[in-house]
Amino acid sequence: MEELKVVGETTQFIVIKLGDEQYGIDIKYIDNIVRMQHITRVPKVDAYLKGVINLRGEVIPVMSIRIKMGLEPDVETKSTRIIILKLEQHGTIGVIVDEVKEVVTLENDQIEKIAYDSKDEKDSFLCGIGKCDGGLISLLDLNSVVLENM
Amino acid sequence: MDVSQYLEIFLDESNEHLQNLNTQILSLEQEPDNMDTINEIFRAAHSLKGMAGTMGYKRMQNLTHDMENVFSEVRNGNITVKAYMIDVLFQCLDALEEYTANIRENADEGTNDNEPLIKQLNEILEGAGDEDGADAAAAPAAEEEAPAAAPAADVGDRKWLEIKLGDSERTVLKEALKQSKGVYGLTVKVQESCILKAARAFLVFKAIEETSEIIMSNPSAQDIEDEKFDLDFSLIVVSDASLEQVLSAARGVSEIEDVIGDEVDPNQSEAPAQEQHKAEPSKEEQAQKPEEHPAEQPAPVAVATAPAVASSAKAPTKGKKKGDEKKPATGKPVVNRTVRVDIEKLDTLMNLVSELIIAKNSLVSASAVSGTSSTAVNEQIEYLESVTTSLHESVMKVRMVPIESTVSKFPRMVRDLQKSLGKKMELYMSGEETELDRTVVDEIGDPLMHLLRNSADHGLESAEVRKERGKPEVGSIFLEAYQDGNNVVIEVRDDGNGIDTEAVRNKAIEKGIITPEQAENMSEKDSVDLLFHAGFSTAKVVSDVSGRGVGLDVVKSKIEALSGEVEVKTKLGEGSSWIIRLPLTLAIIQALMVDIGNEKYAISLGSIQTIEDISPQDVKLVQAKEVIQLRDLVIPLIRLNEILDIESKKDSSENLVVVVVKKGDKLAGLVVDELIGQQEIVIKSLGRYISKCKIISGATVLGDGEVALILDANTLI
Repeated sequence: MEELKVVGETTQFIVIKLGDEQYGIDIKYIDNIVRMQHITRVPKVDAYLKGVINLRGEVIPVMSIRIKMGLEPDVETKSTRIIILKLEQHGTIGVIVDEVKEVVTLENDQIEKIAYDSKDEKDSFLCGIGKCDGGLISLLDLNSVVLENM
Repeated sequence: MDVSQYLEIFLDESNEHLQNLNTQILSLEQEPDNMDTINEIFRAAHSLKGMAGTMGYKRMQNLTHDMENVFSEVRNGNITVKAYMIDVLFQCLDALEEYTANIRENADEGTNDNEPLIKQLNEILEGAGDEDGADAAAAPAAEEEAPAAAPAADVGDRKWLEIKLGDSERTVLKEALKQSKGVYGLTVKVQESCILKAARAFLVFKAIEETSEIIMSNPSAQDIEDEKFDLDFSLIVVSDASLEQVLSAARGVSEIEDVIGDEVDPNQSEAPAQEQHKAEPSKEEQAQKPEEHPAEQPAPVAVATAPAVASSAKAPTKGKKKGDEKKPATGKPVVNRTVRVDIEKLDTLMNLVSELIIAKNSLVSASAVSGTSSTAVNEQIEYLESVTTSLHESVMKVRMVPIESTVSKFPRMVRDLQKSLGKKMELYMSGEETELDRTVVDEIGDPLMHLLRNSADHGLESAEVRKERGKPEVGSIFLEAYQDGNNVVIEVRDDGNGIDTEAVRNKAIEKGIITPEQAENMSEKDSVDLLFHAGFSTAKVVSDVSGRGVGLDVVKSKIEALSGEVEVKTKLGEGSSWIIRLPLTLAIIQALMVDIGNEKYAISLGSIQTIEDISPQDVKLVQAKEVIQLRDLVIPLIRLNEILDIESKKDSSENLVVVVVKKGDKLAGLVVDELIGQQEIVIKSLGRYISKCKIISGATVLGDGEVALILDANTLI
């Protein structure tokens, strides 16, 4: 699904911040970006599942990428946002990010793929690294981000 | 023309007709002389044939055609109903069901010609000849009434004579004659060079319709529209104008070679049927009367205006009753006061109502928070509240259908089981009119079928054993449905052997489901519950009826998926009953909102028995578990804050608020911090992503926009 396109084509990413690192999320999976709001906790689920929110009458689960990736737990600030993703396999899911920065358009030759045999746990959430003026952007592989822990 | 847009309707109606046929043939078996039933069967078979033909399903059409022939003979009294015939007819219905199933799946009827069945049908037809030689001669005449009735034997160009008049058409024609209108038969020939035949035919129709009403056409109007005719087509029309005027109107259309026509006497075409009765003096008068009647029986409206025939006094009332509930297929001017609605549209409507209720709840809490609430505002809010509640109820009612559509196939199934199992049994059904949400009704069929088969196969003993035990030889299975508060209860009961819990336990040990030690301490109830364990089957021999061990656990999971529950009551030697409890509504429920710590939870009002205020001293320990005693009942306590990992706000010395919930016969006390109040809530799914949490059955959006979770009391007990 994260197969990147042929040379010459471009992909748009929304750049988000988690801690000091910049991550990119393919714009085609993004349904909406909302401000942080009260999350209703759901008992007896994995810690990274923060709970559910009400998005215009729909109940949507929200997860923390930070906890999933083994980073420090989220600290809610003014710039904290929930990005609502629409994924074929998992339906609609919200993910919490520290900050939404901008939208970048990357040529395919600006994207460096990551070899699949990477052993590093954290890297397995990435599908590539993008290079642009603002520095390096780690491109998130959303499927493995939202995939349930075994 | 593309018929695919009609596919859904076709399938729906075919199923309806098939169901109807099943029921009617079954009752025909009971009373082979009931003319109402035979007529009803004939009508259903006829409509089915017509529909299959229109949709281009030739094989289906052929089979129904032959079935119709048989019914037609039965109707004319040339064949008497026999057990063999009923069997063949049931097989035909199965074959038809197969066709429709094929069509549903791949829009194609499949390639099975069912020739053996058609042969059997024809044999039955021929059998009529052997049985009653005199009638056999009359039979073909009766079947093709019109040609026989024609004074001139050669039809030639006057092809309208080939049109077979249905009962209702004939009534209409007679009525027209009475009003001194002209009844004409027309045959229109189109020029060979004509390219757009259908368009020309349409113009002819239009020209004729200016002065007349077209009663029938051959081929059907649909076929003509689809250009499914050769070079001519025939019409029967009723007109105020003279024959000449009608003819010239039709001839006025270009590319029409010729139009010929003549007056038609509808009474004449009826003649052979009556003659036939005269030729049968041996038959009793009683039998004759209803037989004459088919012509008078169609659509109730037609009956009311039909010329009174000597013996019509009884028939119209009967016809009316049947007609009203079964929608006569040939009925012409009957106004059908129902509308078929796509279930998706209803779902959308339901969602909108849900949104409205959420908006209403927001308004209520907004006015409470802002403190601006005046009496006027409150009054309006209360009014809004009552409107939304009744709106919700109406929409729910629209989605409700009687379970009849699902259960009406069971008598047939039990009849088949009786033959295949070699046991005598009778199915008694009651409460078929009980209504449930459409989606539930669709889903409940399979579980019920499993339970009925189970009762028939495992429950009922063989006739010999029954005799020995002093029970009537014929076993009884009961299927009862009724509404109980916010639930609908469907009970499958039999007077068979009951469940041998000992055998169940032994089997479970054998299968490795439980250990012998566990078995010893098992209560009767727990043993019975073993039956619902996946991969469990007590049948010693696997029969094709049941015993594959996939039955009961599927039944249970299916019913639980519908938020219902199954309960078993059994007494060895006396029978068992399986009780299915289903919630009336799925989407919106009345719930009690409670506070636990800083979180709000909803508990369905349907499962709540009472609410108690208990002092901490009254909490006793039994086997290290907390219980309370309430009016002679010992009820286990469940501290929700512990289960849900919440810090309770309350001090341990304070009185406990206990919500007593019920699941079947079991009770449990849920300890909450505080009660908030009763509220109508809209159930929203938590989604596939959070499905691990069993104790939460869903979520709801509260008035202030916050999400509250709905506790599933059933899983807590």
